[in-house]
Amino acid sequence: MTHDLQLRIYCTGVGGQGTLLATRLLGEAAMAAGYPVQVAETHGMAQRGGVVESTVVLGSLASPIISLGEADILLGFEILETFRSLNRCHTGSLVVTNTGVNVPYTVATGQSTYPPVAQMLELLQTHSGRLIALDANALAQQAGSALAVNMVLLGALISSGRVPFSVDTITEIIASRTPKAHLESNLRAFHLGREAAALS
Amino acid sequence: MHPLLSGQPGEKRLLLGNEAIVRGALEGGVALATQYPGTPSSEIGDRLYQISRETDLYFEYATNEKVSLEVAAGAAVSGLRVLCAMKHVGVNVAADTLMTLAYSGVKGGLVLVSADDPSLFSSQNEQDNRYYAKLSGLPMLEPASAQEAKEMTTYALTLSEELSLPVILRTTTRLNHSRGVVVLGELKPRVRQGHFAKNPFRYVMVPAVARQAHGILLSQQAKAAEVAETCGLNTVQGNGPWGIVTSGVSAAYVTDAIADLGIGDRVTLLKLGFTHPLPTRLIQNFLTKVEKVLVVEELEPYLEEALRAIAAGLRQPPPIQGKGPGLFSRLFEYHPGLVRQVVASYFGVPYNPPAPLDPAALLGRPLPERPPNLCPGCSHRATYYAVKIALRDLGVEGIFPTDIGCYTLGLLPPLSMGDYLLCMGSSVSTAAGIATATRQKVIAFIGDSTFFHSGIPGLVDAVHNRHNFLLIILDNGTTAMTGHQPHPGVSPPPAGYGGQTIDIHRVVQALGVEQVKLVNPLQYRLTLAAIKEAVAAEGVRVIISRAPCILYMQRLGQKKRAKNFVVGPECRDCRHCLDYFGCPALQPPLEGEGPLVIDANLCNACGFCLQLCQKKAIRAKSASGA
Repeated sequence: MTHDLQLRIYCTGVGGQGTLLATRLLGEAAMAAGYPVQVAETHGMAQRGGVVESTVVLGSLASPIISLGEADILLGFEILETFRSLNRCHTGSLVVTNTGVNVPYTVATGQSTYPPVAQMLELLQTHSGRLIALDANALAQQAGSALAVNMVLLGALISSGRVPFSVDTITEIIASRTPKAHLESNLRAFHLGREAAALS
Repeated sequence: MHPLLSGQPGEKRLLLGNEAIVRGALEGGVALATQYPGTPSSEIGDRLYQISRETDLYFEYATNEKVSLEVAAGAAVSGLRVLCAMKHVGVNVAADTLMTLAYSGVKGGLVLVSADDPSLFSSQNEQDNRYYAKLSGLPMLEPASAQEAKEMTTYALTLSEELSLPVILRTTTRLNHSRGVVVLGELKPRVRQGHFAKNPFRYVMVPAVARQAHGILLSQQAKAAEVAETCGLNTVQGNGPWGIVTSGVSAAYVTDAIADLGIGDRVTLLKLGFTHPLPTRLIQNFLTKVEKVLVVEELEPYLEEALRAIAAGLRQPPPIQGKGPGLFSRLFEYHPGLVRQVVASYFGVPYNPPAPLDPAALLGRPLPERPPNLCPGCSHRATYYAVKIALRDLGVEGIFPTDIGCYTLGLLPPLSMGDYLLCMGSSVSTAAGIATATRQKVIAFIGDSTFFHSGIPGLVDAVHNRHNFLLIILDNGTTAMTGHQPHPGVSPPPAGYGGQTIDIHRVVQALGVEQVKLVNPLQYRLTLAAIKEAVAAEGVRVIISRAPCILYMQRLGQKKRAKNFVVGPECRDCRHCLDYFGCPALQPPLEGEGPLVIDANLCNACGFCLQLCQKKAIRAKSASGA
């Protein structure tokens, strides 16, 4: 059991993408691996299609939330939201992001335009320590469930080697904490995420 | 078995602050619990409701917070241990009860959980409910972590019985909605049957009784102050010359700041968990040992002012600071970096804060906003659309007092259906005021749960005083925003729910409203006609717009996601659906021009867009042969 470790993971996405389940699973895995852990969630009004931010903080830290410029890992469920949260990162941060787009209705109604995905990816690459980008929407579909975006991203995150627990730990947590009916597609999505990240 | 009912003492769980409160209540033998749901407190009631289905614990979703606290008070005076949870503004609703309950006291332990919302994540204000402890004279505990939330809830039940006073457990969103590792204790058996021992000259608050009761409250308060001195919830750590005082979740930020800045040997930290009445001697002692003091507390300077008052009695008081320029704000919640920076600057510790990147500057333009929105398939959107078209066709401008619930999101464009909102129930009575003061056409909106919560008295007033407005009751059968809790009009009730359903239509008729109509907003033509008629009429008119919350139906397993609508080539990109309706599933193509697309992952297949498309370009997939 190492308590010297301090790791701040900032997760962001759109209401309905399963960010809360992903953060909770990370928290459970951290606890199972013996680390002190804090998880902060967003509930209530913001969950209705707004931005949902959550955090997982591991190690010798008491605060559950992460200030600007202090996230070691940014886990983004939607590319615009990942880019918006680049202000949470420092020069050594790992960014793991879905390249999939979820159009905000301010864009749909013509009040603003969606920034080019390629440009956002380039800026994320330039201004972080490392970028892992993958089309988690497509991989989730491929795994058999459009709702498994969170599992794809968890797989990609684990594959990075930056979180201190094993594939077995997290797959056991997925198996015990998610509905049996979705287990097969969830695990398939998790492994597709791992493989895609290993290639990225 | 519910997870919060299992687990051996010593076992570790990753619990939400609200779940830790529930576990603490169970370890304290809670027998009865009540709640009107409200973010960030809702999960407390939700878990207790689930647990009540498996045990003899009694739980009810109450009509509003005042009712909730009164049910709790009745049970506590009969000797049961009870918990009553509400959001901060809910305490305003229950305040009338609370102030006199403090006089009459309790027999069984009563814990009132106040869930405050610094930063207004999901609220209409960010009032600091610590002042309710001061105002009522009641003891108050403030946990700083999920583990403390569990322990303090258990302790609060005992303390409440020892002092014969309700105890306030004051929390904030960050505590309620953060998960931390919690070590379980032993579950305590419940005493589920009480006995009301008659004692009218203690419990019936007529002036003669209340005069004595106030004195009793003050003497109990003195006892509470003694407990605060010694109970172990207020701790002093370290013995350096720099004094820091904190409570609640700020304590976590302070702990990290001291470690990050490496100033543990220079600091004396007074961490307060029992924050009303404050431990005066402990604080005096602390103040005589330090050179200067920084108070770290979110929202109002509650501790800071108390410390200054205590320091005034000392011969050489140290300077005490908290709120002010260059220090802390009374606005919004704090975060680790902010606390670190203020601690460093106040005590003169060298520190270079990180310079965060600015994504918009890197991109060279502002990022599109993503405000929350009504869900695809939401019946409220259909009602709003019909009102919008009715007013357009009639050439009338509507003034829209609105209320608290998902439908408040109708405020945002393109719907723009919200002009005035204060609090739960305010739509109805403010509509009366606006209509009386102006000649404008007033159309008020209220949800079904909110109507029962506090809309009914306003409607009674409107009928009695012959007011002139249209009230649209958006009845989706559930308390949707907070997580689909049942309310008195719940429809359909969740499986096994025992509450008797009260029909809003009959309530409105019984109140004497003569112009009342029930519509299904997903039937566009009929709804439009009813709204036009009601807008044109005079007097108190009520339309009940009833269609179930689509998410609730999915949750009950009664509505499968169907994704079989397409936009055909007839779409001329006229944008009527985007400009007037704004369903998130209807989107223009990301690049170039052409027909809109329906995002199959978002579409909930309500079928309303088929009815509104003027080019008849939207149809079911099978019908088009696609």
